[in-house]
Formats: sequence, C-alpha cells, structure tokens
Amino acid sequence: MNAGPLQVRGRVLSLERVGDYHHLTLVAPGVAERTRPGAFVALAVGGDQSAMLLRRAFSVYRAKASGVYGGTVELVLAVHGKGTAWLADRRINDEVDVVGPLGRPFALPKQQVPCVLVGGGYGSAPLFSLADRLRERGCSVHMVLGAAVERRLFGTLEARRAAQSVIVTTEDGSVGTPGRVTDVLPELLTRTGAAVVYACGPMGMLRAVAAVAEEHGVWSQCAVEESMACGVGVCMTCVLPVRGDDGTVRMVRSCVEGPVFRGDRVLWDDVGTVPAGTLGAPSTSGVH
Amino acid sequence: MAVTSETSLDDVVVDLAVDLAGVRLPTPVMTASGCAAAGRELAPFLDVAAIGAVVTKSVMLDPRSGRATPRMVETPSGMLNSIGLQGPGIDSFLATDLPWLVSRGARAVVSIAGGSLGEYAELGRRVGASPGVAAVEVNISCPNVEDRGLVFACDPFQAGRAVSAVRRGVPRGVPVLAKLSPDVTDLVPVAEAVLEAGADGLTVINTTLGLAIDTDTLRPALGGTTGGLSGPAIRPLAVRCVWQVHQAMPDVPIIGVGGVRTGRDALEFLLAGASAVQVGTVVFHDPSAPHRVAEELRAELAARGFSSPADVVGLAHRPPAPGGAHG
Repeated sequence: MNAGPLQVRGRVLSLERVGDYHHLTLVAPGVAERTRPGAFVALAVGGDQSAMLLRRAFSVYRAKASGVYGGTVELVLAVHGKGTAWLADRRINDEVDVVGPLGRPFALPKQQVPCVLVGGGYGSAPLFSLADRLRERGCSVHMVLGAAVERRLFGTLEARRAAQSVIVTTEDGSVGTPGRVTDVLPELLTRTGAAVVYACGPMGMLRAVAAVAEEHGVWSQCAVEESMACGVGVCMTCVLPVRGDDGTVRMVRSCVEGPVFRGDRVLWDDVGTVPAGTLGAPSTSGVH
Repeated sequence: MAVTSETSLDDVVVDLAVDLAGVRLPTPVMTASGCAAAGRELAPFLDVAAIGAVVTKSVMLDPRSGRATPRMVETPSGMLNSIGLQGPGIDSFLATDLPWLVSRGARAVVSIAGGSLGEYAELGRRVGASPGVAAVEVNISCPNVEDRGLVFACDPFQAGRAVSAVRRGVPRGVPVLAKLSPDVTDLVPVAEAVLEAGADGLTVINTTLGLAIDTDTLRPALGGTTGGLSGPAIRPLAVRCVWQVHQAMPDVPIIGVGGVRTGRDALEFLLAGASAVQVGTVVFHDPSAPHRVAEELRAELAARGFSSPADVVGLAHRPPAPGGAHG
C-alpha cells in the first residue's frame, strides 16, 4: 500500500439524500487505494475562485479501490454552513478537489477479540468499513448507533449486515432504546466481554464513551471532530490536549496525530483550553 | 521590453530564478511563515526543493503550546487565526525540522519570533550558527514583554532593536529579512529602521488584526478574541504596502505576501515592487499552491514577453507610456 495523501481532481459519481444527511460518492483515483478505516479526506469547496478558502474534512465512509469509473471514496455530510451546502448542491460529474487520505486510522487489535463500535449521528460513517476489517481478522463486532432523533441516525440497516449485534438509541425515543449510547454501553461491554471500543461522533459523546471504557478497563479508540483549516498538518488550528507516552500533555493536531486517539490519552474535560502543565503553556500572564 | 507584433509570445522562455538579497531561488514563489509548518507536511503535494524557499513557522526559544481553540474562523476570501505561535522551541527545530529541509535540498528561510531583545539575540545566534540556513526572517509582530507588551513591529525604534539583535548573531552571508506588520500608520519609517539595523530585505506584510463574533454564542469566535486576518481579502492592502515601501526605497529587496492565490496575483506583487512572493493562507486551500503559482507566473510573464521575474519588479511605478502598451 502506498503511503501519504494525494491531491486529486475528484468527480461526483453520486449524491443522495439519507435522512438529514447527504451521501456523496467521489471518483478520486489513488485515494481509495490508500484509505484505511478512520482516515479522512479534505475537500475544497466553492470552486477555484471560491471565497471559502478552508477545506472541509470528512471521514471516509467507504473506499473502493477499483470500479468501472476508477477508485471511489464515499462520505456522509451534514449541511452546517455555506461550504457543506455547496457540496450538497453538486451535480453528477462536477469536480471537487480532494486531498486524502489523511490522518491516523483506527488501530486494529492483534488478537481476535470482541469489539464494540459506537457511532453518534453520522459519526457512524467510518465504522462500517472498520467493522469489515475487524471481522476479516476474526473479531466479533457489536454496534451502537445513537442520535437525538431518528432522522439523524446513519446506517442502521447496514449495521445489521456489518455487526453481530446492533443497538440503536434515540434521545427522543423515536426509534430504538430511548436515551444515549452511553446508557446501553456498560451492559454491552460486560455482555460481550469487549476488549476495544471504537467511537466516532460529537466530542461530548466521545468523552462519555471514553469514560465508560475506562471504567470497564477496555481500550478505546476515538475519532475526534475538530474544526480544521487545512487537514494536512500545516495550520495548527485543530489541536487538543493529549497526554503522550512520556506523560507530557501537548496540544496535538487532530489532523496528523489523529483523528483517532486513544480515549484515555485525550484530556476531554480540557478540550477548548490549554490546561496548566501542557508543554509550552504560558507560565505567567498571557503573553502573546 | 516592448513586444512587437512579429514576436511570437510562445517563444519567450522564462527563467523563473531570482536573486533575493544574494540568495539564488529557483522561483520567486515561497511559502509564508505559519502556513507550511516546517515544510515536511507539504512534501506529498510538492517538491520542497523546487519551490523558491520554505519559510518555516516562527520558532521561539522555548516550546509553546499556543492558544486555546477555536483558533480559526473563515471569513470572506480569508481567515482569522489566533494560533499563538505554537511550536517545538528552537532546540527541537534545529535538531529535527531544519536538518530535514536541508537534506531535501530546500532553501530554508527560518522565521524566528521573540518576546524580548535577549530572545531575538539568542535565536539569531542559534540559527546563525546552524548550517544550511538560506535566510532568517524576523517576525517582529510579537508583544515586547519589556515594553508593556507593545508589538515590536509597531514602533520603528523597537523594531530596529529586534532586527539589530538578530543581525549580530547571523553570519554576513545569510540575509536577515524583517517581516513588517501593516497595522501601523506609516510603514516606511519602520522599514527604514529595520534596514538601518541591518536587515537585508523586507517581508511585506504580516497579517492584519481582525475580530469575528459568533452570533450564536454572542461571543468572540476566536479563543484568543482577536486574530490575524489573511488570505485574498487582504491582497489589496498588501499590494499597497509593497508599493509604498518600494516607492520609498526602490533598491531594497521586498518579498510580497498577502493573499497570493494565482500567478496573476504574484505578478501584481512583482509589478508593485516585490522581488519575490510568499503564498500563505491559500496553501490551506491548495497545498500544491507554491508550485502552481510559480508555473502560472511563468505563463503570465511569457504571455507579456518577459523572460525573467526581475524584468517586471516595480514596473507599475513607471509613468504611463504614451500610447498605452507596456514597455
């Protein structure tokens, strides 16, 4: 497998509405071949003379190395602003500049162990290809998909194919178990004897999942969603405090050192701040 | 440089190489400090040895965590950033980042930032003693802890002192470039002061201060409240600054920076008086931009019958020729 990201002119192969989301398939030669579960792509939005300069990052839902049209990457997006609205408004064959695959993917267990995959909203997107990989390695896979309401769930049908067991939660109880993913997670971890929890979704959910995993002595692999400008490691905007192997807390870039982090290494309570003791933190008053 | 109708413009062979304060660059297009880290992350997208130079993110004496997030807000044709000079510190930079750039054959322009004159002097010595440095760029848009936190770049006297502190530690053959802030009433006295202090060239301009308010939280959008505005939104401001400085001191090498997105934009800066340009925020949009912009500039020059970037530096300052056409 070739290492390193590519920058390619992608082409829209399909774009479909799925609940509150949009499922975008891009022909992006070379990118799919290099993509592993948990990696992401950064898309330029608005065309060559766009007034929106910052790339939008999306975790890869599926990557298919070969097809009639060449390698494709699929992603799921929610319209949050003008950039994602532009993407959701593409037509078949439109060009989209793609950089990817980016970031460190999910780490896979060496042993054949039970794994629990937790997705919040469209954060479930990268979990299906992960589930395939885990099953190929002989791991059993159990999924928990949660959202505030039913239309914000993604992939509940596909989950039944990808996993041995599936639990769906909605906060309003419109489908599945009423409540949050972490309401059902402790019992699931106990029942399956899970060795690893993989999670992708909003920060609050990741923080809660990491805490449950910690209580159960289970490894957690969390894919974070921090706002990024470049996605490739040069802008230093997507940082969060993470404790390293040496015990030192550093502000690390979620694009190149993540987006997947060990849940026990992220200082979840301090995200959005520079906690005291962080390497290079201001010691006295806030000098520039 | 008049182009006659018989000349086939396609035949013009453009050599993009330029001399910048005694340093030969294969193209006049380099990265801008803070927009390319130390070059390594851009290696998948361009050949770091083939672009004009890699200007590294401003490094300070000690490791720095930078500011809290959010550190960035997208604005029309630009962005605000408040990174807070996150970086590994000079020891780590000289041990890992600089050797990588040098081993790849890149021209490394090392940007340094200090909070005091002593820090600038120490950084100048450390970088000046390191092999393979093509030039030193002094980021003087930092608060001076010894002067009530006032930014060096906003006071000609303090700006000159910072540059002088660096210059003393840097060998004669290694140019020192001073990066100027546009957030002053008159840029020329600051330019004069840093040149007097030993700067060999000027990088014009740094970001300009801005602020965005999140209308959902009803609070400033950036963790650091204010941030530096960059991108094509500030290009006319940057071109104006280059114009004014070149007009006042036509022989001083200027590196134009601020919103360069295309070869046409690079040409605009050269016409205003820059000898080279830096591509900053646009790298976030297009990581191959420093290479692409150089090739577009080659085409822009060829289309106008110019064979070298040096032929157009400051050309816009000449009075309009009777009859109209350039030349």
